[in-house]
Amino acid sequence: MTADAGAARPARVAIAPGPDGWAGGEPDPLIRRRGGPLGAPVSRVDGGLKVRGAARFAAEVPLASMVYAALAFSTVARGRIVRLDTAAAEGAPGVVLVMTYRNAPRMTAVPALLSPAPNGAMGDELPIMQDDRIHWNGQPIAVVLGETQEQAGHAASLIEASYEAEPAVTSFEEAKRRGGEQAAYAGQPLSLQAGDAEAALSAAAVKVDAVYRTPFQNHNAIEPEAVTLAWDGDDLTVHDSTRMVSRVAWSLAQAFGLKEEQVHVSSPYVGGAFGSKTLWQHTVLAAAAARLAGRPVRMALSREGVYRVVGGRARTEQRVAIGAQADGRFDALIHTGAMAKIRRNYVPEPFISPAMCLYAAGSLKLDVRAVYLDMLANTFMRAPGESVGSFALESAIDELAERIGMDPVELRLRNEPAADPGSGKPFSSRHLAEAYRAGAERFGWASRDPRPGGRRDGEWLTGIGCATATYPHLRFPGGAARLTLSKDGQARVEVAAHEMGMGTATAQAQVTAERLGLPLEQVSVAYGESSFPGVFVAGASQQTAQIGAAVVAAHRALVAELLRLCGGDSPLAGLGVDQVGARGGGLCSLADPRRWLSYASILDGGDRDEISAEASAPPPAEAEHWSMHSFGADFCEVRVSAVTGETRVSRFLGSFDCGRVINAKTAASQLRGGIIMGLGLALMEETLIDERSGRIVNPSLAEYHVPAHADVPEIDVMWTDIPDPHAPMGAHGIGEIGITGVAAAVANAIYNATGTRVRDLPITPDKLL
Amino acid sequence: MIPFTYARPTNAEDALRQGAAAGARYLGGGTNLVDLMRQTIEQPGLLIDVTGLPGAIEETPDGGLLIGAAARNTAVAEHRAVRARYPMLARAIVAGASGQIRNMATVGGNLLQRTRCLYFYDHAGSRCNKRVPGQGCDAIEGFNRSHAILGTSPACVATHPSDMCVALAALDAVVHIRSSGGGRTVPLTDLHRLPGDHPEIETVLEPGELVTGIALPALPLAARSAYRKVRDRASYAFALVSVAAALEVEGGTVRDVRLALGGVATKPWRAWRAEEALRSRPATAENFRAAAEAEFAEARPLRDNGFKAALAVRTTTAVLEELAGG
Ligand SMILES: Cc1cc2nc3c(=O)[nH]c(=O)nc-3n(C[C@H](O)[C@H](O)[C@H](O)COP(=O)(O)OP(=O)(O)OC[C@H]3O[C@@H](n4cnc5c(N)ncnc54)[C@H](O)[C@@H]3O)c2cc1C
Ligand code: SF4
Repeated sequence: MTADAGAARPARVAIAPGPDGWAGGEPDPLIRRRGGPLGAPVSRVDGGLKVRGAARFAAEVPLASMVYAALAFSTVARGRIVRLDTAAAEGAPGVVLVMTYRNAPRMTAVPALLSPAPNGAMGDELPIMQDDRIHWNGQPIAVVLGETQEQAGHAASLIEASYEAEPAVTSFEEAKRRGGEQAAYAGQPLSLQAGDAEAALSAAAVKVDAVYRTPFQNHNAIEPEAVTLAWDGDDLTVHDSTRMVSRVAWSLAQAFGLKEEQVHVSSPYVGGAFGSKTLWQHTVLAAAAARLAGRPVRMALSREGVYRVVGGRARTEQRVAIGAQADGRFDALIHTGAMAKIRRNYVPEPFISPAMCLYAAGSLKLDVRAVYLDMLANTFMRAPGESVGSFALESAIDELAERIGMDPVELRLRNEPAADPGSGKPFSSRHLAEAYRAGAERFGWASRDPRPGGRRDGEWLTGIGCATATYPHLRFPGGAARLTLSKDGQARVEVAAHEMGMGTATAQAQVTAERLGLPLEQVSVAYGESSFPGVFVAGASQQTAQIGAAVVAAHRALVAELLRLCGGDSPLAGLGVDQVGARGGGLCSLADPRRWLSYASILDGGDRDEISAEASAPPPAEAEHWSMHSFGADFCEVRVSAVTGETRVSRFLGSFDCGRVINAKTAASQLRGGIIMGLGLALMEETLIDERSGRIVNPSLAEYHVPAHADVPEIDVMWTDIPDPHAPMGAHGIGEIGITGVAAAVANAIYNATGTRVRDLPITPDKLL
Repeated sequence: MIPFTYARPTNAEDALRQGAAAGARYLGGGTNLVDLMRQTIEQPGLLIDVTGLPGAIEETPDGGLLIGAAARNTAVAEHRAVRARYPMLARAIVAGASGQIRNMATVGGNLLQRTRCLYFYDHAGSRCNKRVPGQGCDAIEGFNRSHAILGTSPACVATHPSDMCVALAALDAVVHIRSSGGGRTVPLTDLHRLPGDHPEIETVLEPGELVTGIALPALPLAARSAYRKVRDRASYAFALVSVAAALEVEGGTVRDVRLALGGVATKPWRAWRAEEALRSRPATAENFRAAAEAEFAEARPLRDNGFKAALAVRTTTAVLEELAGG
């Protein structure tokens, strides 16, 4: 199919508005549509702009009389600043302002991500340059504003600080020794017990019991965090690179004691986020410095700046133990361990999530402990929990399969649960077995030789492995949308949502075109402004559903408005919202499709040029009824040099069960991108934090490795395309499912190739010698 | 970055005159020096851009090649004579950095690039004897997986990161140097110093001396040579271990051999001992291995890099076996 074949074809059969709730009952009528814009491999609407460099990112917005910011960072992990010499910096050429805790404006603390207060967006809840205290090695201690970026950077390098260091916990072993606390996610303890799993494990016929480790990781989106902002009296306009426009506006209003309407956050293009691009100190500091200097400010973090200021993935140490019967059925599943965080944030690394939903087991013991370090706050990073948790769990399954002498795909399918093992809720949509079968066939899994280390191509040992991918389907509250229809047949959606490269505007235009019965070219999606409706978060793979449900609500309101415009002589007279459907650029009676009127005629009749409706999505009650997840089966082939221990991934296939796919092209990119990031997790990514100082010592893309082109093989992706009847459009978000399972699939393939089991990521050559 | 002035002389005499000034530094492609200036690790007051000086690759009367210091790394790697007569050099260069960096980087700059030690780079937060003499070395008891096990001193254990130099070390290359007082030549293997007590002094170059070129002698056995680099990802990573080797076998006996190692030593490491152990010996895998092991007899592993000796021995053995076979 070409990129937009079918895209321009409006629906010939009338399509009813979506339901007014998602808890059960009526599925989205869009689910039944095939052959229209929905699902088509439409090219992204902003592709041309980005390729031409015409899409303006936050660090590219020019403002009159703007100055440039640079940061100086602390070099101790904990203590007090006792001397901060800024004289040389202040006297350096082009310097407009040096801001430190001594002259920074007083600011109110703003809630952190996942804090009990709503709308949290900050990475942590530490004071932002308000006192002389140091909380992590790398904390900003000064902001320098200069007439040029170079002048600001030069002056920042002239700042001298001395500290009275205090004892800090900078070693993971020490943090574990101190015990930590039960980890929680949004107030819910990350712990689940069903039966006596330890007893069942000891009694089990076959068992595995091992510890898996995953390292700290940092965010390396292609666009480092940046903000360009200006004050106009008490109004603050912020061009930010964020995936939370509304929350950033709200948070900055809190910090500076403003009304939310006084802060305007605009973020039309974001160069990747993957869990970063929420709100970190630099944005608040830029606003504070701009206020102090009375000049617009651009703060574009250097790559090192991102490592110092923006958190990454937490380090984990996980025990997985499985006790099974000889036929493979699980009697006990234990997944426990520790993750490293700071005391003053709320983000855990919930690595037990896969174990909570993947397998039926006679007994369960799942638990995450938080252990505390004095370091930069950890944060979300693509599939927090699932990516590293599936490494441990899915490696253990592979180990068990070998011990039982059973095919690992078969072992997994044997333990498919009938309902969610954690909550007991029914699955809204679970077709993992189909995904496995289809994937195994396409990959050629049947030819696998289970003996490790048996196949050689010259010095290269070859092997294949598989693992299960899983990520929840979520829909956050707060979604709202405005839908405007004009007489010339153009429709426009407005949502305070985000585009970070994944194709939001494109996919939602497809959805809206289908709902309205309009050709795709007549629909546009406006987003990335805090003034637009809704509080959206492009995260947890949920934005698609959040926007989808909001657009359904706005659409229902719009149809109601349209029907109100229809006079008594109209063919639509007397019909209610659920009695009409969209077809061919107008509305018709569902019972009698000949009763049809174009949108233009309806607007004409009501003497209107355009009509607009805004509505909020209903609360996400579906999650109370259903266990909602995406699933996938990852298959990997590796070659490992018997001489050097170097691993080359030679083939990868991801077969997904992720609901109805809205755009086959952008979906494939998302899934492939997730898999590539998973290869990095498996083989190379690692933040080196020196345990003597708590300092990150590889804050650069030269020393922190993400996959290069040569590391990425041809990646095949496929999907069941089975809609989830309880999700808007039948679709699941797919931003994160791709990375899950990958590290285990690679580790399992490496084991199959070499006979060496590596339980410690990343799997570098030295671990395979 | 600290403010500096910039000059672009068109001949060596002008460059040398300007280079005599205090705080002056020669600038090649800038791929290393400018990075270090951004970090304020290097703070030259005057940059003398020497990319306008000769960069041609020419035949020499003795049947070798003379490569101008301003030659871009890419140009050397693509040169026909280099590829035909010194294939290990072409391979070493393309195994390094990225296409973009190699297009900018000069031969002179590649020779004199500085270490990638993490603590050397952390100007603000770490101690480093190479950066600040006498300050101490945070690598010795810190992250030292990428560090050296040969040629180290209690003051510094950083590797010389160049791939190109490893091949040059194996090829008996000679560095041409000029100063205001005249010219001299230094074998590449003598250009870089061991760190000893003064890791901040990295080469035998005197202040203001200019590298003008590199001479490759005629070396027929190099036509059959290889460069193999082991790294943490398939491209764009510095070597954990690298091996440059040329081997001539006659009737099952090693007639001649050139062997140099990267990633394991504080300078491009010519494996003299291993070569010695190989000449006139049967070209067998056991002998290759034993020779490589001999080279590491005095290796001093650190916390994280103990694997390097074994990895280097295995890689060397494999490279020599490949050169000996088929
Ligand atoms: C991300 C990254 C990855 C890299 N990966 C690799 C790798 O895998 N393998 C590898 O080998 N290299 C690698 N490099 C290093 C690269 O090879 C060097 O940066 C490059 O060769 C330096 O050459 P240049 O001309 O740019 O030197 P410059 O940066 O211009 O200069 C370097 C030094 O040489 C001096 N100098 C330059 N010319 C002369 C001269 N004629 N006489 C006297 N002194 C001179 C300068 O004063 C300076 O001290 C990498 C670099 C980067 C940034
Ligand atoms: S190893 Fe050398 S370069 Fe690295 S910190 Fe120590 S002295 Fe500095």
